[in-house]
Amino acid sequence: MGDSALRRRPGGLIGLERAVEFKFMPRASLFVTCIVDQLFPDIGVALVEVLERIGWEVDFPADQTCCGQPAFNTGYRDEARGVARHFLKVFRDAEYIVVPSGSCAAMIARRYSELFEHEPEWLEEARRLEPRVWEFSKFLLEVARVEDVGARLEKVVTFHDSCHGLRELGIKEGPRRLLGRVRGLELREMDISEECCGFGGTFAVKFPEISGGMVRTKLDSILRTGAGAVVGIDASCLMQIRGALSRAGAPIETMHLAQVLARR
Amino acid sequence: MTERAMILDQVRRALGRTAGQAPAPAPPPRFRIPELSVEARIESLFCQLDKLGGKTCLAGSAAEAREYVAGLIGTKPAVASNASLLKECGICELGSVQSGFTDRDKLRAACAEAEFGITGADWALADTGSLVLLSSPAEARLISLLPPVHIALVPRSRILTGLDELLSTVPRPAELSSSMVLITGPSRTADIEQILVRGVHGPGEIHVVVV
Amino acid sequence: MATESELKIAATLADGRLQEAIYTATARLASHRRAVVATDVLPDLEELRTQANLVKNHTLENLDHYLEQFEANATARGARVVWARDGAAVVEFLAGLVSEKNARLIVKSKSMTTEEIDLNERLAERGTEPVETDLGEFIIQLAHERPYHIVAPALHKTRYDVADLFTARLGVEREIEIEKQTKIARRVLREKFLAADIGVSGANFLVADSGTVVLVENEGNIRLTTTAPKVHVAIAGIEKLVPRAQDLAVFLRLLGRSGTGQPLTVYTSFLSGPRRESEIDGPDELYIVLLDNGRTRLLADREKRQSLYCIRCGACLNHCPVYRKIGGHNYPWVYSGPIGAVITPQYLGVTHQPWLPFASSLCSACAEVCPVKIDLPKLLLDLRAEVNQAQARQGRNRLERLAFKMWAWLMRHPRLYEMAGLMMPVVLSGGHGWIARLPGPLNVGPARAWLSQRDLPPAPARSFRRIWRARQEARGN
Repeated sequence: MGDSALRRRPGGLIGLERAVEFKFMPRASLFVTCIVDQLFPDIGVALVEVLERIGWEVDFPADQTCCGQPAFNTGYRDEARGVARHFLKVFRDAEYIVVPSGSCAAMIARRYSELFEHEPEWLEEARRLEPRVWEFSKFLLEVARVEDVGARLEKVVTFHDSCHGLRELGIKEGPRRLLGRVRGLELREMDISEECCGFGGTFAVKFPEISGGMVRTKLDSILRTGAGAVVGIDASCLMQIRGALSRAGAPIETMHLAQVLARR
Repeated sequence: MTERAMILDQVRRALGRTAGQAPAPAPPPRFRIPELSVEARIESLFCQLDKLGGKTCLAGSAAEAREYVAGLIGTKPAVASNASLLKECGICELGSVQSGFTDRDKLRAACAEAEFGITGADWALADTGSLVLLSSPAEARLISLLPPVHIALVPRSRILTGLDELLSTVPRPAELSSSMVLITGPSRTADIEQILVRGVHGPGEIHVVVV
Repeated sequence: MATESELKIAATLADGRLQEAIYTATARLASHRRAVVATDVLPDLEELRTQANLVKNHTLENLDHYLEQFEANATARGARVVWARDGAAVVEFLAGLVSEKNARLIVKSKSMTTEEIDLNERLAERGTEPVETDLGEFIIQLAHERPYHIVAPALHKTRYDVADLFTARLGVEREIEIEKQTKIARRVLREKFLAADIGVSGANFLVADSGTVVLVENEGNIRLTTTAPKVHVAIAGIEKLVPRAQDLAVFLRLLGRSGTGQPLTVYTSFLSGPRRESEIDGPDELYIVLLDNGRTRLLADREKRQSLYCIRCGACLNHCPVYRKIGGHNYPWVYSGPIGAVITPQYLGVTHQPWLPFASSLCSACAEVCPVKIDLPKLLLDLRAEVNQAQARQGRNRLERLAFKMWAWLMRHPRLYEMAGLMMPVVLSGGHGWIARLPGPLNVGPARAWLSQRDLPPAPARSFRRIWRARQEARGN
């Protein structure tokens, strides 16, 4: 094992430390999220590709489903708890849980202890899990400690700062650093990158006009950059933006960070 | 039960407290008071006032202060407060200045007609460009409020670094006066289309003379 | 079938000029705030917020003590403290005072608390409607409207609207220049200030250790309202207490900056009792009305009492993407924006307008800027759960509840979840096709709502887990 993993990983000595740390290849468990699983599987595929490329083994606990956020956000705490317990069981033994979504990662890392406030045993489980949950870009930078994954993509892109990632997990500079190392990529900031895209889970369908108004404001800003693609760390935001771009007939793609980094 | 008793009772029930129960210790107040020389304070005060559209004058002497004020008011009607600094600078002797009011109604009538209101100031605050005026026999409230132009004279020794220093120096303003007002620039509004307009109800023009 | 609120919201969203006005006004206020809280300008912003949160928390947890201390100190300075359990009590008191003083004219400065109890309307019924003196409030009083924004009441009005109002209600010649309109208001209101018998104000803070009422403003109308008339009445919710004048160093540093980007507003008044014997001017009498109106109920809720920390700066409105689309009049009560969405159900009950806590994407921009660190998103989430519980008890919203029960059950059974996932392509291919052809009652579901604004993503050939399984099989795993 050791050699091939080392050769593949930029960073030499760091790679050696890591290899020694783990007695075999470092392993990350993928929580792919229900939206990626069912609607945007390519994001999951890209994420696996990137992790394997930088020398990490990926496992996929097959019993995973959802983190429970849709129920929690819509005010159905009991239902959310039921789903969260299932999640905790499935990922109980995972050392690193990588998530291609800021909102799902924040749900698990921030809200689970709130959900299980009155259930000491599950609270304990939730607390144990918290430090092991990593949104994808944070995982790359803070766990794998890799900034350059050897990606190449000739494109002008702009970046959307997903709200939960930004405000609950502090994700702002990280993805930009990663994108900065993608060969051929030009990043143009939109003027309102931090404004909500209007998805908000069931908000998007409970208040479609407001949600639509919000995403159209976002679209105007995206169009002003002249970028050919919008990049983000959260598939739900990308689904919202993509749906609006398509409706407006704008020839602009949406790409998850993982999909950009997977390109060679 | 009186309204008072009812409300207090409900508050206590909501908090699980009993009548006469001592409060928990309060978090200590927080101040940030920088070290600044008088010159630096004057500079900051003037810089802030400038940003607010206020006018400033650094008077090297009482005579200079008088000259500045005289130049401003000309022969137009002005009301001056009974602040001792104004007397020292000879403001009250200027031709069109009325001062020495002790009667509320007469003062109000004079202020309503005056183009200039001239006051002292108990302190100034360097970091925000503010004047601090206490209401007293020497300082009536309306002088800095009714006339369209307010001129204030403040001794340089009374320039504090900011609100933190003021409240640290004066922990209980109530002990000094029934009214302490911080005046930070000319009266303004942006209520219509967010367009800034000066001089809505209070003075639209303010001059601070540091003596 | 749209409800009244839905129709109103739709109308606001369709009004291009109004959208522009709301968006740019809030953008300007937000940008002014940013300039004065930037790290190089206010390096201790986070410490200040933490301190403000701590002090408010402490004050509320010991509120009875501070109320009594305030009353004692205010009374010692010659003020009369009046306790009012609700709006009716305030009106009773004021009506009595008007009668006692034979008051013919009341001037009033901007106070959300008085809006909360419909003070003007109630006093008008008794024959003496107060005249609003804050320019924005003056304008909307003429228009018989409610404030559009906590800090900028006439945000939605153009100069042409104002010109129309002034001509119609003040009998002046039509004037469209903003500066001249302001001068008209100044002239009209000055007469009122100087003739008024009673001045009514709110209070930004009540200081317990001095019995002081603190008021902030930019125009000077508060100073005039509280100085010119012989009687001053300050009306304040009991949550306005702070323990010491010294605490204002923190609150005043945050209030102006957060709301309008001003390190300090133009005038900050510390009023401790009516004028003293030797003072030349100022009111002869000061009444301070301490209002409950449900605050004690909010206080009893440990988790959600933090909404009482609010210092009414308006920052949350300026940063809320929902407020910036729907504006102040689409909120059911006088308080709008994120704080309005939270305290409206707290004061009026969760079933009053059950949709309100859900009208948020939970982006948390509000929490990021709140100077007293109210966890608004958490409160919204708490309220959502409460709404659902209330609706369950009332037997309403059955379909959605059932849907989530089924969804959660599915999510706990991975194999069934996977099977259900096979339906995805069918749903997604619905697009404008079969979903659009659904009969009436089924036509309002989530898919339809989604499609009203944007397209659905294309159906993937396989789910990720199937791709993964195939890959693992291929690798002989």
